[in-house]
Amino acid sequence: MAYFILKRIVQSVFVMVAVAFLAFSLFRFVGDPITQMTGVETSIEDQERLREELGLNEPFISQFLRFTCEMLQGDFGFSYRTRQPVANMIADRIPATLELGVVALIISLLVGVPAGVYTALKPRGVLSQTILMTTLVGVSIPTFVIGIMLIFIFGVQLGWLPTFGRGGTVAIGNWDSSFFTLNGWRALLLPAITLGVYQLTLTMRLVRAEMMEVMRSDYIRFAMARGVPMRRLHYKHALRNTMVPVITIVGLQFGGVIAFSIVTESVFQWPGMGLLFLESIRFVDIPVMGVYLVVIAFFFVLVNLVVDLLYVAIDPRLRIKDAS
Amino acid sequence: MSAFLKKYEGLWLFLISPAAIIAAAVAALIVFGAVFASWIALVNPYDLASFSLFDGLLPPFWQEGANSKYLLGTDDQGRDMISSILYGARLSLIIGLSALAIAAVLGVGLGLAAGYYGGRFDVVVMRIADVQLALPAILTALLIDGIARGILPQAIQQELRVMVLTLAIALSLWVNFARTARASTFVEMNKEYVQAAIMMGQRPLRVMFVHILPNILGPLLVIMTVDLASAILLEATLSFLGIGLPADSPSLGTLIRIGMQFLLSGEWWILWIPTLVLVALVVSINILGDFLRDIFNPRLR
Repeated sequence: MAYFILKRIVQSVFVMVAVAFLAFSLFRFVGDPITQMTGVETSIEDQERLREELGLNEPFISQFLRFTCEMLQGDFGFSYRTRQPVANMIADRIPATLELGVVALIISLLVGVPAGVYTALKPRGVLSQTILMTTLVGVSIPTFVIGIMLIFIFGVQLGWLPTFGRGGTVAIGNWDSSFFTLNGWRALLLPAITLGVYQLTLTMRLVRAEMMEVMRSDYIRFAMARGVPMRRLHYKHALRNTMVPVITIVGLQFGGVIAFSIVTESVFQWPGMGLLFLESIRFVDIPVMGVYLVVIAFFFVLVNLVVDLLYVAIDPRLRIKDAS
Repeated sequence: MSAFLKKYEGLWLFLISPAAIIAAAVAALIVFGAVFASWIALVNPYDLASFSLFDGLLPPFWQEGANSKYLLGTDDQGRDMISSILYGARLSLIIGLSALAIAAVLGVGLGLAAGYYGGRFDVVVMRIADVQLALPAILTALLIDGIARGILPQAIQQELRVMVLTLAIALSLWVNFARTARASTFVEMNKEYVQAAIMMGQRPLRVMFVHILPNILGPLLVIMTVDLASAILLEATLSFLGIGLPADSPSLGTLIRIGMQFLLSGEWWILWIPTLVLVALVVSINILGDFLRDIFNPRLR
């Protein structure tokens, strides 16, 4: 057990080093940092002095080590565009994106898991066929079109919900949360549904496949033969074993949620990290791009690590195998 | 007789599947319109002289105040919607298809080689693929686009936009091809015909492309249709985000982005008609892809 955890942590650290290396190479080789930081009127001598001061003449490896050390201390450098510390810029945006992502994930699970179970148990039913057909269309409709449609229906035609921004937020320490005002929830609803829809179809299809697999297994057939009531069979025997992989799904989906939050945030002008990343690409703001990558990778690695550990905690077979 | 039936079984299944026929018809209509855009279209949306501001914001023909010359109305610049959409679809298809071609050549080549040689080469290729698979395609494409913006000089950036976009999409889609090609190659490698070819001393390249490739085309074809839909979606999304193509050479995604400005006003057609065309195109390609998968996977039949 301890060995397994240790192995996973070492792997995670390795991934983080690789991503940091990528971010550093971006910063170092895409455009010249000095010309980005100085104006046209800076003399060549001043530029060279700055280059020396920042250590840009040192060997690549020592530069990378210093870059990593500074990052570990929370110093992420300055944005080319706004001249502010990147750490602050990102930290301001993290709550918006995380809250959006979490609510979207919850929506996708609350709808996707029951829908997947239902379509697996009644594969030939009219409702199942309708659901499956809808999801096929659902994955083909781009996220931004779903967003526009929701804005059009609920924002423009019905006028029920706001169409952009975060609405009212309450600051808890450094964390601006929209969970505590009605206004905030109303603003959160449309973007979260938009982001959740795509994940929902994936969740549903995976749960469906898993459930059908489990229903075919020997222990279910045996229980059937023994005369266990169908209800009990479906929801107690089969569903339990289906739920184990669902946790992995959540971990896998996290990357998708983050990536598609870029699109969703752009449609709804949601002030999260994705919008910041888009702006940084448009203005070739390399430090922000690099730090965004590192932060996203960090969340990604963290979620996957937790998922792996949960997996061991939930599935006793993994522990037994380890003990023997 | 049975060989004949077997050969045309796919065609027969196609003819009795209504969804596949409708999907094929819709896709064919859009592709036809896109290919012959310069003959069908009333105006050239790239040529400022071919349309006039006086014709701006005309509604489609069934609404009041329409001009029968512009069947689906015009945008605020006076561009005919049909023409914009035809040219837009053409650009979307060109980018989607070329990105797909690059991704397929790169992915299949690497996958075949990884499956054929195995060993260290295989490990390296698959590690890269794993890392990229963890990143969603859209993030990869955005990053490549951002890097290109940083590296290329300002002056030539606009001209190279289409190429950068195509490459960014291609580099985010090759993994699927590589993994499928590798897995199928592994299976084929154990078969006698491949072993025989190797024994006869044929060069590796010949074994890979002449012997193995034709036998693994089935699954690759399925991936190709599914990935064509992804490529078109990816291009539309990037252009919608304002990272893709500029407004003077609009693809379907750019048209939707422009149409967003009219979301709150009454000119619904500027937004919804290009959106409808994009969704129809992608949905029909996906349905065709699903259909192909069923054909090539007899277990599901």
